[in-house]
Amino acid sequence: MSENTEFIPGKRPLHVRWLLKMAWRDSRRNRGRLALFISSIILGIAALVAINSFADNLRADIDKQAKSLIGADLVIAANKEIEANQQQLLDSIAIGGDRSDEVRFVSMVQFKSSGGTRLVQVRALEKGGFPYYGAIETEPKEASHTFREGGRKALVDHTLLLQYNSKPGDSIQVGNMTFEIAGALHKIPGQTAMTATIAPAVYIPRHLLEETGLVQRGSRVSYYHYYKLPETTDADKLVKRLEKRLDEAGFGYDTIESRKESTGKSYEDLASFLALVGFVALLLGCVGVASAVHVYIREKLATIGVLRCLGVSGSQAFLIYLFQVVAMGLIGSVIGAILGSLIQLYLPELFKTFLPVDVTVAVSWGAVLQGIAIGVIVAVLFALLPLLTIRNVSPLITLRAGIEHVSKKPDKLRWGVYFLIVAFIFLFSYFQLGTWLRALAFTGGVLLGFVVLALIARLMMWLVKRFFPVHWGYVWRQSLANLYRPNNQTLLLTVSIGLGTALIATLFLMQRILLSEVAFAASENQPNMVLFDIQNAQKEKVAALTKEEGLPVLQLVPVVTMRLEEVNGLTGADVRADTTLGISERAFTREFRVTYRDSLISSEKTVEGTWQGVATAEDEVIPVSLDERYAERLKAGLGDTLVFNVQGARIPTVITHLREIEWNRVQTNFTILFPKGVLEEAPQFHVLMTRTDTDEQAAKFQQTLVRQFPNVSAIDLGLILETLDDILGKISFVIRFMALFSITTGLLVLIGSINNSKYQRVQESVLLRTLGASRKQILSINAFEYLLLGALAAGTGVILSVGASWALAVFSFEVAFVPDLTPLLPVFLGITILTVFIGMLNSRSILSRPPLEVLRREAA
Amino acid sequence: MSTILEIKDLKKTYDSGDRHLTVLQGINFSLEAGDVCSIVGPSGSGKTTLLGLCAGLDRASSGSVVLNGIPLDNLSEDERAQVRNQYVGFIFQNFQLIPTLTALENVMVPMELRGERNVQQQAMDLLARVGLAERADHYPTQLSGGEQQRVSLARAFSNKPAILFADEPTGNLDEETGDRVEKLLFDLNREAGTTLVLVTHDLDLAAKTDRIIRIKGGTVVSDQLTAVVSNE
Ligand SMILES: Nc1ncnc2c1ncn2[C@@H]1O[C@H](COP(=O)(O)OP(=O)(O)OP(=O)(O)O)[C@@H](O)[C@H]1O
Ligand SMILES: [Mg+2]
Repeated sequence: MSENTEFIPGKRPLHVRWLLKMAWRDSRRNRGRLALFISSIILGIAALVAINSFADNLRADIDKQAKSLIGADLVIAANKEIEANQQQLLDSIAIGGDRSDEVRFVSMVQFKSSGGTRLVQVRALEKGGFPYYGAIETEPKEASHTFREGGRKALVDHTLLLQYNSKPGDSIQVGNMTFEIAGALHKIPGQTAMTATIAPAVYIPRHLLEETGLVQRGSRVSYYHYYKLPETTDADKLVKRLEKRLDEAGFGYDTIESRKESTGKSYEDLASFLALVGFVALLLGCVGVASAVHVYIREKLATIGVLRCLGVSGSQAFLIYLFQVVAMGLIGSVIGAILGSLIQLYLPELFKTFLPVDVTVAVSWGAVLQGIAIGVIVAVLFALLPLLTIRNVSPLITLRAGIEHVSKKPDKLRWGVYFLIVAFIFLFSYFQLGTWLRALAFTGGVLLGFVVLALIARLMMWLVKRFFPVHWGYVWRQSLANLYRPNNQTLLLTVSIGLGTALIATLFLMQRILLSEVAFAASENQPNMVLFDIQNAQKEKVAALTKEEGLPVLQLVPVVTMRLEEVNGLTGADVRADTTLGISERAFTREFRVTYRDSLISSEKTVEGTWQGVATAEDEVIPVSLDERYAERLKAGLGDTLVFNVQGARIPTVITHLREIEWNRVQTNFTILFPKGVLEEAPQFHVLMTRTDTDEQAAKFQQTLVRQFPNVSAIDLGLILETLDDILGKISFVIRFMALFSITTGLLVLIGSINNSKYQRVQESVLLRTLGASRKQILSINAFEYLLLGALAAGTGVILSVGASWALAVFSFEVAFVPDLTPLLPVFLGITILTVFIGMLNSRSILSRPPLEVLRREAA
Repeated sequence: MSTILEIKDLKKTYDSGDRHLTVLQGINFSLEAGDVCSIVGPSGSGKTTLLGLCAGLDRASSGSVVLNGIPLDNLSEDERAQVRNQYVGFIFQNFQLIPTLTALENVMVPMELRGERNVQQQAMDLLARVGLAERADHYPTQLSGGEQQRVSLARAFSNKPAILFADEPTGNLDEETGDRVEKLLFDLNREAGTTLVLVTHDLDLAAKTDRIIRIKGGTVVSDQLTAVVSNE
């Protein structure tokens, strides 16, 4: 029979269907094992899908609600009073449409019912159509219109009303005038809960603004013009056409489209960052997959050998197990995607405070598919490393078990797989981070972590072997030997535990660093109340009042607001046109608050140049000092020229001094410092810092202040600190929530790896027992081995995390690296103990059963 | 009759570091289709090594193996796998059933691999022939050693091999079970007319084959027909 079949070498079909069938059959008795390796990628995928679904929904909602984000087709904002020729420009835009004007500034208000005072953002809004889209939501509903239709009526942020025990119908004093509270403000177009907490709003009718007496020369006031354009006018084209004139006038402008972009962008950055955290969780999970598949395949070598004997080709055998891995990757990813879609339901709640729009929750099929694809691809890529060895399993293993029947030849395909993994990580991070440089840094960081840990593991094995303590007791020697004997898990456990630890520790460190950066030192003798908007003429009187109240005048400095017009002859338009210059565009649109004095204060340190202090008549250009970090953003240094515009007057200056500033001290710190003798006559206000000791003292002082100087505002830093604390608490909760995915994945991988090593150790544990080793001895052997592994991996991970957070702090967040290392010790101890604990749990489960039963069961 | 296996000057040396261990130093013999022959020799004499080379599981250091007219030396590992699937059957001392497949599935593998259809009935017939039809859905761990070896017999004959290699097929079995497996092996072999190469320590078993090749120290020390041996 067989003699009839001709032998034609190499002409065999793959029989893919049969291979699939074999993959299915072979998996039947290993489902539990396979499930273990699925579990490690689930959370990573879940995190990715949740964040990306959320980002997708947010993007769609921003698109949908874009109009109500700004409430008009076009907003033009100015920081100074409108000149006549500019007024013409503003009026011309309104032709055929409609316009509403609003004046915004911060001021103190006093609630008449409780006597409480509070700094708020006052918005004097004209009677008219604004908002053209969306609504100012008030309680009662009609108040949003009635308050500006006559009478002294105001709208007040609803949380303020709660805090100050007021309700609609009560009165509130704004400047010299008392208003009836017509309604509680619930929502203003584009405002987030967070901005409402920082600067709660009070609306008053525009026509009563002058009578409040709050708008004076030098006050910091913004003028907003909301436009409803004719149907046929394209806001963006219009802006493009008027760009030059608007820029010249110093106007800022925003269209629905530009607002949509800027809003979307900032949330996308956040989402990208969180997605990367999820991706790291996924990578960590993949290390687990690689390790599980490695052990799995090692146990399958005999089966593979038999298959090879029966005539299965190398690639067919490889495919059988590849199919299993793909299926598991797919199942894991699908479960992850489902979990992610569920978690996503909770995210809008989590981010609520920061969002300007109502986010709908819907399954984002794009994010789900992307998550599944990424999950399958990375799981398979990582699993390929151990899977590739299948191709080289010799059928001889059937005749002579035990000897390594996998050829030790270096496999070129392995390098291909390494390359693909790195390329995939790089591309993924590029799509999330948007720049090649960042993607490179991220990929490099991850690789470095892997390489360092792998080297450490190798080094340990070498050291233990080289300096083996032959005189130690049996138990110690046995556990040390376990680290380097064949079938050891040292490398994989070190890498997975180490990476997990590094990730967890980095998150802890970064959180501390970021928090300390913004946390004020609210210690003794630090100012805790700031008075500003003090007019030139009021300067002495306010200082006197402060002293009368028994409070110290810790600082009293003048502030002049100005704009930057040119950097070394380049205007804002030049910079916008040539992005290669790398100069911050915002520098030309923002408003600088500048002070002048002759000396440096304690929070400042000279970095370069000398501070002249007083400008003399000989100075053609004024010598100024810049914050060193800001100079970098302007790409300017000593000797470079800047032209400022102070209320229409151009002042050419030259940088002669650079300072380092400790921003997190409670001081009035200034980016730009002028010498004395230049700005004394410019429109300005003064800032006074003082310190109150009790809340009652603070409240009483503010009340007196509002009564005597209604235009002077007071910021209670205690209140700000509380608010800040609240916001930071929310931010760190978001970060911790995402970190949870990585941490849990790390734990799962840890459990998985140790469980895997159990399968390898079981035979010899049983053998040792059969040979008469006591339970205690075997437990001690395992405990010591896991202790060594855990401590080494966790230690390395902790050290890596310090490096990682240094890089993140310095390059990514641009903050000083002052790490608080205290959380590292508990992380180190925690992971080490956990490793030993999980290891022991597994050993116990073996030891509590009779040896024979274990051998039979584990062999099956 | 045609020559099914031809071994010429076969040498095998294992290199481990600087040490070279020559296990086979020039083996020559050939088998005609339908021959039933045994290879005997003391432990460590290189029987298993020789078997592995004959079946194309390993590569020789020098010399040639021609199986069913196909010179194995020039073939790649995958091509030799193809040869095994088409012409070779195996029986191992430790059965080597695939633990994750049922008895029936184990028997079906070689046929399915060839792309044959409706193999289930053929496999059931074979299992029935070795007396294990009822145990078709059992996994190897649920079978005794003797039962496992019978399944492996069914599997070995399932692809109707031209030549069957058996390495100590009864080595792991008690005498009684061993005898039963032996008998089945010879019966099945006679029915299929397959060439059989049997490696064993057991001289009684060897005596049941037509020809005995003795090896010692890596060379063939005698190669005789059993009729002649028993006459001596
Ligand atoms: N991969 C290998 N590397 C080194 N030496 C090997 C290897 N495989 C076999 N040997 C050696 O080759 C010699 C022959 O081994 P082989 O297994 O062929 O003997 P055998 O005749 O089958 O013995 P037994 O009757 O005990 O099964 C032995 O000395 C063995 O140690
Ligand atoms: Mg042998």
